[in-house]
Amino acid sequence: MHELSLLESIIDLVEEEHRKHPFQQVRMIRIKVGALAMAMPESLRFCFAIVAGGSIAHGARLEIEEVAGAGWCGRCCCSVVLTERYGPCPKCGNAPLHVTAGEELQLADIEVE
Amino acid sequence: MCTVCGCETHDHQARHDAGAIDFGAGLAAVHVAGWSQERTIRIERGILAKNDALARANRARLDAAGVLALNLMSSPGSGKTSLLVRLIQDCRSRRPLVVIEGDQQTSRDAERIRAAGAPAVQLNTGSGCHLDAHMIGHALDVLPLVPGSIVFIENVGNLVCPAAFDLGEAHKVVMLAVTEGEDKPLKYPNMFAAADLLLVNKTDLLPHLEFDMDACLAAARRVNPHMDILRVSARTGAGIEAFYDWIEARVRAS
Repeated sequence: MHELSLLESIIDLVEEEHRKHPFQQVRMIRIKVGALAMAMPESLRFCFAIVAGGSIAHGARLEIEEVAGAGWCGRCCCSVVLTERYGPCPKCGNAPLHVTAGEELQLADIEVE
Repeated sequence: MCTVCGCETHDHQARHDAGAIDFGAGLAAVHVAGWSQERTIRIERGILAKNDALARANRARLDAAGVLALNLMSSPGSGKTSLLVRLIQDCRSRRPLVVIEGDQQTSRDAERIRAAGAPAVQLNTGSGCHLDAHMIGHALDVLPLVPGSIVFIENVGNLVCPAAFDLGEAHKVVMLAVTEGEDKPLKYPNMFAAADLLLVNKTDLLPHLEFDMDACLAAARRVNPHMDILRVSARTGAGIEAFYDWIEARVRAS
């Protein structure tokens, strides 16, 4: 639901970058979205053109690197895949696990000209 | 220009005088094209960096003013406004209480708070599903920040998005009504994991429901073993005193 706000924040960061290092056009925006980060890549893609329109990022492509969730199970002493933030260890049922990946919500880089 | 965030193009200033600020008017999109050649710029910044910076500014401002802010979150209809009305009626003589009300539309909740005897500002988010730090900065501009007072931020009713946005509050408080089902903490874990206090509201209805309180508390503890939990009824006032004591302890600790 808050994907629109996240996109507005991305455009804000791009515009901030534009003020620091002027460029004419943004060709591509690459972001990392973790599986546990409460943001849906599909919604981000769906809304992107609307939010980018009229900004320096108008016409840019959005590339999303989806990062899988992972957690550390102290009982099994190994890293396991997490599809739910407070889900149990799929091997031994231990919960909650220490989340080690999947919370990413990051603007990685932009291609400009 | 806004002195908090530097924004120039929002028209939300227009309604400050009426005790309501409308953020539904749209996205600022001002830019000036420069020159450059094709290249990749590495940024590696959190998408919420701007919100987090504004939240830090709000937190510093509240700390400097000697004001404790609580971010109150829940699904729609769990009784946030009713609880605040009850708290204001029972406890306003002890400390100044002020409220920031977040809703998509209408000033109904702010009017209820004012009728109960506390200053309130209404934030309307338009299409937005949560409050953000920028909105709170503007609300703090128009509220009396008396040292020793408590600012309650009643977030938009939603158990998903508000969890992601730091507003600059001292503590997050999540509310769950016993009419909602005991598995809410497992269904919406991020919200319950982010909170320092869980208020289980509408306990006066327990005799009429099949709500399993133990299962609810176990679910809450599973996602957040450190969260305090209080049972309240905004309607009867049961547990309100314990909630007030919890707030007082946070004031003393701050």
